[in-house]
Amino acid sequence: MANYHFNFAIVWRYAGKLFEGLLLSLELAAASIAIGMAIGLVLALISLDGPKWARPLIAAYVEFVRNVPLLLLVYLVFYGIPSAIDLQYDAITSFVATLSIYSGAYLVEVMRAGLEAVPRGLIEAGKSIGLTPMKVLWHVRLPTAMRIALPSLSNTYVSLFKDTSIASAIAVPELAYGMRWIETQTFRTVEVYLLATPIYLITSYAILLLLRLAERRYSVAR
Amino acid sequence: MATLIHTLPFLVDGLLTTLLVSACVIVLSLIIGLPLGCVLAFGPLWARAPIRLYADFVRGVPILVLLYFVYYGLPAIKVNLPSLLSAIVALTAFKSAQIIEITRGSFQSIPSGQTEAAKAIGLSLFDRFIHVLAPQAVRRFLPPFVNSVVDTVKGSSLVSLLGIVDLMLSLQQVIGRTHVALPLYLIGALMYFAINFPLSALSRRLEKRFV
Repeated sequence: MANYHFNFAIVWRYAGKLFEGLLLSLELAAASIAIGMAIGLVLALISLDGPKWARPLIAAYVEFVRNVPLLLLVYLVFYGIPSAIDLQYDAITSFVATLSIYSGAYLVEVMRAGLEAVPRGLIEAGKSIGLTPMKVLWHVRLPTAMRIALPSLSNTYVSLFKDTSIASAIAVPELAYGMRWIETQTFRTVEVYLLATPIYLITSYAILLLLRLAERRYSVAR
Repeated sequence: MATLIHTLPFLVDGLLTTLLVSACVIVLSLIIGLPLGCVLAFGPLWARAPIRLYADFVRGVPILVLLYFVYYGLPAIKVNLPSLLSAIVALTAFKSAQIIEITRGSFQSIPSGQTEAAKAIGLSLFDRFIHVLAPQAVRRFLPPFVNSVVDTVKGSSLVSLLGIVDLMLSLQQVIGRTHVALPLYLIGALMYFAINFPLSALSRRLEKRFV
């Protein structure tokens, strides 16, 4: 440590790369979480209220995705599928698709637990004031389920944000990629990590803090 | 099909590396994480603070960044580790933070009435720990721990990015030579699945039984 000469000036020149990378990381996470939530919610509803034959299919999807490394899924979608069928897409689309499928498998479980925990009395009250099943779902079950699921969602969201770093393996220019890029351009390794690591830390905890605030405001008193 | 069978021994070699890395990481993380987790649950503030800081720091950074940091970053300050060792160090740093959290959680979720009752019948600190707290903590520890073993096996695929020929990289190499991409990725996925699915199922059973 003693003989290392710090030179932040060079790294600062490229700092823009890191912030562009951070923005892209956040966009990747947000897009994947949005699609993943939709997948999770729909599949959770189907496995609770839908036909019986759909349940093993959903379980197979959840189990397969949760027991295989994300990196392998990323390669499978980016290199594997285009090699077998005639379908072209860029790295970003490919990664968002993969992370959505991946997050969907985790969010199904979270959403199902949330939906199951909605008190029966609430649903019956909704029916008895004459709401259609669709309206009961939209105005009673979903808002309550979201509130119940919120604490478990926040951890999943943060780890999905961290998982966007894996996109660097297929050269998506997000934060981890930007970090490695500056490092190979400048060889100022320690400085790059001293800048990039706090960016990840601060962003992760900022996401967690925001969700904790939301929890305090919306969570169900128990 | 013949090429696929031909590649199997190569993939199995990779799989063994994956298992070796995962096993080292799990064992080392338990050795580091269990005592530190106990300190975090029962220790004085001056001992808790650095452990909390460490656990929160490591869990806020992607594993990939930790791996790069140990492999590419540490040599800049004259700490040169070969790739396999770097991988184990980085993954252990991450996993032990999780084990610390799981251990703390297992002890802290035990109702305080248990400790009070143990005190009331006159058990010493040592006896309270051995006969009252530890047996209950183990039951709470096991389900999340087994789940975190699954995460370790999955996370170990990242070591391929440091050039370690684990299952992931051996897949990539075989695909590079044979140009049979999709079937090989699926075979690789099934190999990971074959290891992880029984563990996930075990974790669920333990949870049903114990929690």
